[in-house]
Amino acid sequence: MKRKIYLDFAATTPVDPRVKKAMEPYFSKKFGNTMSLHSFGQEAKAALEESREIVADLMGAKPNEVIFTSSATEANNLALKGIAFANKDRGNHIIISSIEHPCIIESANWLKTQGFEITKIKVNKQGVVDLKELENSIKKETILVSVMHANNEIGTIEPIEKISKIIKTQSQKLKTQIYFHTDAAQTFGKIPVNVKKLGVDLMTVSSHKMYGPKGVGALFIKEGTKIIPLLHGGGHEMGFRSSTVNVPGIVGFAKACQISKKEMGNEAKRLKKLKEKLVKGVLSKVKGSHFVGDLKNSLPNIANFWFERVEGESIVIELDLLGIAVSTGSACSSEKLQASHVLLACGLKPWQAHGSLRVSLGRFTKEKDIDYFLKVLPKVIKGLRKISPIK
Amino acid sequence: MPIYSKKIIEHFRHPRNVGKMKKPSGKGEAGNLLCGDLMRIYLKIKKNKEGKEIIEDVKFETLGCLVAIANTSLLTTLVKGKTIEEALKIKKDDLIKRLGKPLPPFKIHCSVLAVDALREAIYDYYKKKGIEIPEELKKDHQRIAKAKEEIEKRYKKFQEIEKEILK
Repeated sequence: MKRKIYLDFAATTPVDPRVKKAMEPYFSKKFGNTMSLHSFGQEAKAALEESREIVADLMGAKPNEVIFTSSATEANNLALKGIAFANKDRGNHIIISSIEHPCIIESANWLKTQGFEITKIKVNKQGVVDLKELENSIKKETILVSVMHANNEIGTIEPIEKISKIIKTQSQKLKTQIYFHTDAAQTFGKIPVNVKKLGVDLMTVSSHKMYGPKGVGALFIKEGTKIIPLLHGGGHEMGFRSSTVNVPGIVGFAKACQISKKEMGNEAKRLKKLKEKLVKGVLSKVKGSHFVGDLKNSLPNIANFWFERVEGESIVIELDLLGIAVSTGSACSSEKLQASHVLLACGLKPWQAHGSLRVSLGRFTKEKDIDYFLKVLPKVIKGLRKISPIK
Repeated sequence: MPIYSKKIIEHFRHPRNVGKMKKPSGKGEAGNLLCGDLMRIYLKIKKNKEGKEIIEDVKFETLGCLVAIANTSLLTTLVKGKTIEEALKIKKDDLIKRLGKPLPPFKIHCSVLAVDALREAIYDYYKKKGIEIPEELKKDHQRIAKAKEEIEKRYKKFQEIEKEILK
């Protein structure tokens, strides 16, 4: 059988077999509705609340501060829109970074049409937000700042604790309350993430990025935060999110959190070594290759490159035909024919982003997978450059 | 491959007529700097016994996605050995049809670019030979030149967009 190597763990992860096993009873045996009074319902409710405790524990929050959603996208929408509309009597200004996930950027863009003012903070070449600009952007109308914990394309970890301190100092000066949200979809379960240590009021997490099932996310909402729900109805999730609860998914997410808690430390060390090997290998074996991001201050599993005189989608498809799955920020692969906003924000020219490649490792990546990738990649790039008019 | 047809994959992996040509009779280029795709087509044209101009040899070079590469490769196979008249009849839809499976809408321009590069090569040949250039080809040349200019302008504008993004 042809070898298949998945190196796109930042896009999604396979469900860990242990997670799948934990979910199994909740499809047909323990299928109750958490709102029902009978034993079926109470059984489901107990599983839900136990899961909430486990997820809260991994982020250092109280269980009643964790609201389950259908995805990180929904949690991010809830954070931005929920805070914006609940606090609009105090101000209409929201600050985000220029490299946020599209679900933050598009939520912010939509809020702009609803009378809110949006400031996008620039980043440096490594993708780190400009703290000075952020500090200077805060004003008395500011109600929310949202900066992602780590970027999904380049893996750079943002200085969340520092930002939190800046916000606290500025809000004291201006005698106003500014909420701080972080999208931790890429970091939660991979590196230690603690809401108190980070100093955030809201935090988004995702199940399918950490070997849990798709269709489950959560939003940490610090006690006392003024926020309104997006979904109105039966008052599930303490009134923050009505909708019949996805018990099997949430049980799976909790199991994924338990596994990560135990294995995260060793796993991060293992992946860091593999990533170092990968980056060193690519840069030494492929002429005209460049690393994008910050090697020191980044997630242990995401590496981003760009290659001169080749196009990213071509690389991705050729690698796929050879059994390797990776992704690109090339304009050719986007329906809008626009290169990745993250890479452009990091200062790449459009034709540089054109040749971009993201390689992301995970729990099931072995060293021999990296060896195979490093064996195949130089040939693929060489082959494509042969066809190119620019030598 | 779920997205792209076997034919596209086949031409992408085994492109025909790749390379530069020394002293071509005509050379054409089409591309989009912002997107980054660049295609070059080289033609060697000779007259046959009946005095008709035949595309005796053709070469191409493409920097771009697999659809761009497959389109140019396919196009070279269609024009090799054909008369200029026949080559000028080839339209983007002829390529799209032959590539199988409908292309995603945002990939149609790859076929447009390939045909443009070919027409530019023929335009170049006519111009070098001092042959009168057909009206349609002249119009195409002006459109492609204008597009290039637009792209250059857009690139300047892009630097403004860039500043906006970096803000």
